[in-house]
Amino acid sequence: MEKFGFSILKERHIDYDANDKSIAEYISEREPSFRICIECGCCTATCTTGNFTSFSLRELQILIKRGENDKVRDNIKKCMLCGKCTLVCPRGVNTRNVVTLAREAFENEIENAV
Amino acid sequence: MAGRCLFPKTLSTHDMEGKVVIIGGGAAGMEAAGQLARAGCNVTLLEKQSLTGGHVRNWYHLFPDKRDSMEVIEYLEKHIAHKNISVLTGTSVEDIRRKHGSIVVKASDGREFDADAVVLSTGFDLFKSERKEEYGYGIYDNVITSADLELMFRKGEIKRHDGAVPQKIGIVHCVGSRDEKAGNLYCSKLCCVAAVKQAMEIKGYIESARVFCFYMDMRMGGAHYEELYRESQEKFGINYIRGKVSEVSENINSKLVVKVEDTLAGRPLKMELDMLVLMAGMEMSEGGRIIAENADLKTGENRFFAPADHHFGSNKGNMKGVFYAGTCTAPMNITETISHARAAVADVIYYLKEGKS
Amino acid sequence: MQFDPFIIPFEIGLYSIVIYAVVRSVMWFRDLSKQDKLRLQRGFFGRSFGRSIREIFMESLIHRKILKANPRLGYMHMSLAFGWFLLILFGTLEADIFGSSHLNPPYKAIFFKFFNPDHGRTGFEAVWSFIMDFLLAFILSGLILAIIKRVSSRVVGMRKTTKLKPLDKVALISLWTIFPSRLLAESFTSGAYGTGSFLTGSLGSWLASFLPANEMAYPFWWLYSLSLGTFFVLLPLTRYMHIPTELFLIFARNSGITTGDKAGAFTEMQIYSCSSCGICIDACQLNFSTGITNIQSAYLLKGIRNGDNINDISFNCLMCGRCDQKCPVGIELTPIRMIRRRAGETHPVEKKLLERYFPDKPAVQLPKANGKPSYNFLPAIEPGQADVVYFAGCMTHLTPSIRNAMISILDASGVKYKFIDENGGVCCGRPLMLAGQDKEARELINFNSQLILRSGASTLVTSCPICYKVFRESYYLNVEVLHHSQFIRNLIDDGSLKLNFLRKKVAYHTPCDLGRGSGVYDEPKDVLRYVSRLQATDADDENSLCCGGSLGNMKISYHQKHKIATDAAAILTKDNPDILATACPLCKKTFASATKTKVADIAEIVAEAIVQPNPVRNVADTQSTPLHSQMPLSTV
Repeated sequence: MEKFGFSILKERHIDYDANDKSIAEYISEREPSFRICIECGCCTATCTTGNFTSFSLRELQILIKRGENDKVRDNIKKCMLCGKCTLVCPRGVNTRNVVTLAREAFENEIENAV
Repeated sequence: MAGRCLFPKTLSTHDMEGKVVIIGGGAAGMEAAGQLARAGCNVTLLEKQSLTGGHVRNWYHLFPDKRDSMEVIEYLEKHIAHKNISVLTGTSVEDIRRKHGSIVVKASDGREFDADAVVLSTGFDLFKSERKEEYGYGIYDNVITSADLELMFRKGEIKRHDGAVPQKIGIVHCVGSRDEKAGNLYCSKLCCVAAVKQAMEIKGYIESARVFCFYMDMRMGGAHYEELYRESQEKFGINYIRGKVSEVSENINSKLVVKVEDTLAGRPLKMELDMLVLMAGMEMSEGGRIIAENADLKTGENRFFAPADHHFGSNKGNMKGVFYAGTCTAPMNITETISHARAAVADVIYYLKEGKS
Repeated sequence: MQFDPFIIPFEIGLYSIVIYAVVRSVMWFRDLSKQDKLRLQRGFFGRSFGRSIREIFMESLIHRKILKANPRLGYMHMSLAFGWFLLILFGTLEADIFGSSHLNPPYKAIFFKFFNPDHGRTGFEAVWSFIMDFLLAFILSGLILAIIKRVSSRVVGMRKTTKLKPLDKVALISLWTIFPSRLLAESFTSGAYGTGSFLTGSLGSWLASFLPANEMAYPFWWLYSLSLGTFFVLLPLTRYMHIPTELFLIFARNSGITTGDKAGAFTEMQIYSCSSCGICIDACQLNFSTGITNIQSAYLLKGIRNGDNINDISFNCLMCGRCDQKCPVGIELTPIRMIRRRAGETHPVEKKLLERYFPDKPAVQLPKANGKPSYNFLPAIEPGQADVVYFAGCMTHLTPSIRNAMISILDASGVKYKFIDENGGVCCGRPLMLAGQDKEARELINFNSQLILRSGASTLVTSCPICYKVFRESYYLNVEVLHHSQFIRNLIDDGSLKLNFLRKKVAYHTPCDLGRGSGVYDEPKDVLRYVSRLQATDADDENSLCCGGSLGNMKISYHQKHKIATDAAAILTKDNPDILATACPLCKKTFASATKTKVADIAEIVAEAIVQPNPVRNVADTQSTPLHSQMPLSTV
């Protein structure tokens, strides 16, 4: 078939089917409240770390759900676990455990790869 | 035609007597009282406050058509000016009990009312915004609620606590709704459209004002709501920012500083405001809660009265002869409240005629 | 030489336990740090020796603390421990006085009746027999309680009791068999010879009336010896290890050795000193509010002893310290749990000893390491200079009324201060520590330390007990660290803060990290008494409850936290106070949604009481708010 050159750039789209959702599964299995986020951004707005650097828990967790793990791996380490986000979350997501589990999952990924 | 039930004709062409006590004299109670009286029932309408009308009295203009709420009050008042209706204001109810086929309504002052059927139209309370301490209601002078703003509209002036005219105003959606920390998982349904209406109305008072709505989702499900939303952008330049406000503080210039994530831009946003309006959600009224507790009436997870059936019995309670009307079962707008009250009337009449035994 | 083959099981058991105890003690001693070794030596040969002996008598034998907490449970422990001790003591004396020779081997005392069946006929001998029978009866009464406790723990006043592993069950059965078999053995012998006192004598003559007593006695002596031997052999492998270990622990503790933040011999001693009595389970709010009954300290220690994977147990805890307070053995449970949480990061250190000596033990499943956080993004911040710096803490930013109250208090008292995290600060580090990430917490601690040092302050005031605890314990700062309740008390004392008396009834909730965590109980109450009518509650001081919002627990849901908060608030507001006061922003936020009573921080109440021309508006009084809430109408 003739290529016209205006298909979506590969880097532009989320290749949902190909992406690895195992990190998301790891978290939601152990912390079911991970599933009930509605992306309101309250956590990011109140975030202590967010005062100093671009860190958005809302964004990171939706990226995990979409399997865009490479964008999360390093960023998730910036959280100070202070717990403000847990207090403001209108959905009652146990955000501290989500962060801890995400770190754990990425760590396991490295260990398993070795 | 006293004592004859004229409405609806399909149910009864015979004489019918019935004593109905209606608890709560807001829109639902008043509408139900008027309809039942016209159908020939003897109605006692109990209202806790000194005036009937309920929350409708607190609003200025109503969405979606900006009608003055006093027009609705006038209609409702005319409606209950009927010889079959006795209105007892200043009467709050504590308990209802079934006794030998009829129902006894106990007021907190000890009076008792016998009834063949009871309509509960105890309505809602506004969420107490102090409970969201991080929003600073009761702490910062220029954080007000949607109800406070309506009072300002009626007074005809929108002013900060220091008397200045606010130029930058924020409106926070979902205060006490869709919020587990506030104890309410449900959506109050009306706040979104009320916020749009209020934002437009602010512009009517202060043309130069910039208004920002902070929302999680714009729930514009009612008739003409979406059109109103569009109009607010098109004609009034209202700004919508998708993100739940997490914290409010006050700076040295007594400006309010809100922290929110602009989730669509994907970055935290800080904004200075002259005034912040909290769209307080709806909760089961305290009066309703007391009756539910004493009379063992079922309530749902949202703490409102739980009707017998979502589809066919949205006006029926779990006690025989007890019917629900209006926002004591769920958040509703005025249109829905009046329709729900009329539906309750149909159930009551059928019950008095056929279902009592 | 009096000898009979039936004593062999007992002898094997006795000598193996003695050898084991010696070897284990040497191991523990060798594993102590140099300072701790010195401490123990000094303690053992010094003044604390007397204290240790007294404590062993009071706690290991009499079980005074359990008796106080729960008389029936205490009696059960006391009758078994103290009764058995006396039985051995009097038995040894008996063998010494009445036996054929002096300084007998232990079996002569234990099986005295077998070797001296005729004993107990005449005056003094009969008195002695009476004493021995009485002690046996004393023990048996406790044993009956213990059996009932297994069947139904409520009988001894316990809501829950610990579950047992199989080896524990065997040891338990052998322990239970010891005294009834002794009773029957002695009774049959007494029956055959017409000796024995009120218990063995009467039972013996009754049994002898229809059974061949002489022939029946021998198997029961075997059973007695076997059950003793089995119990002794199994002891090091079961929870009964706590009996000898506790003695060693008491000496170590009285010598001034503490858990600290690293595992080692002392931690291991504590782990093995746990008798699984279950008092920690009863004290735990996760148990009585949310019905979680498998994560309490007794299970944590058991999990460590057994080498189980206890990652979920160690992180599912409010870290409120209620169990530390109640533990009758005085084990430092929360520090041990903290060590365990850190172990997830490094190495499960508390297994080192066992691994060294029993290398073939199944390997412990290592908890997975958490991804290492890094905070190299933190900027350099230049604070202003001030004598007093105020650090509100993250949580206080979510309770603006506390922050505002502190500002008006600081302003009203004329203190020169700097609000160092006015526009948001860096976390104090304790939440990371609670998650077991000490090294990472260090980065935050270093950042904040520099900030405070550069400010040149001599006093650091914080509103958050979580910050307070970590500032005091883990920051190396040459400043006085004060929680705002202490600071306010000082201001009142030196006259710089003038306050009115508010006619309000106040119940005070002691935050965990401030009370049990840092030992600050009195200052907040002094302040409250100064401005209001302070009520006593059922959860004062050491008995205080956790609000449920604790950052210590990573596992429970918001619903469970809310349940804990609701239950705790109900207990605290039993006497209908006007205000439920606390001294922690997190407690305040947690309680605010859990009770109808107004919840306010001490600072807010004090700010409301400040004597000044324009009184501060405060949440504690809704009437003073403007315009708000004056809904002219609402439906019924």
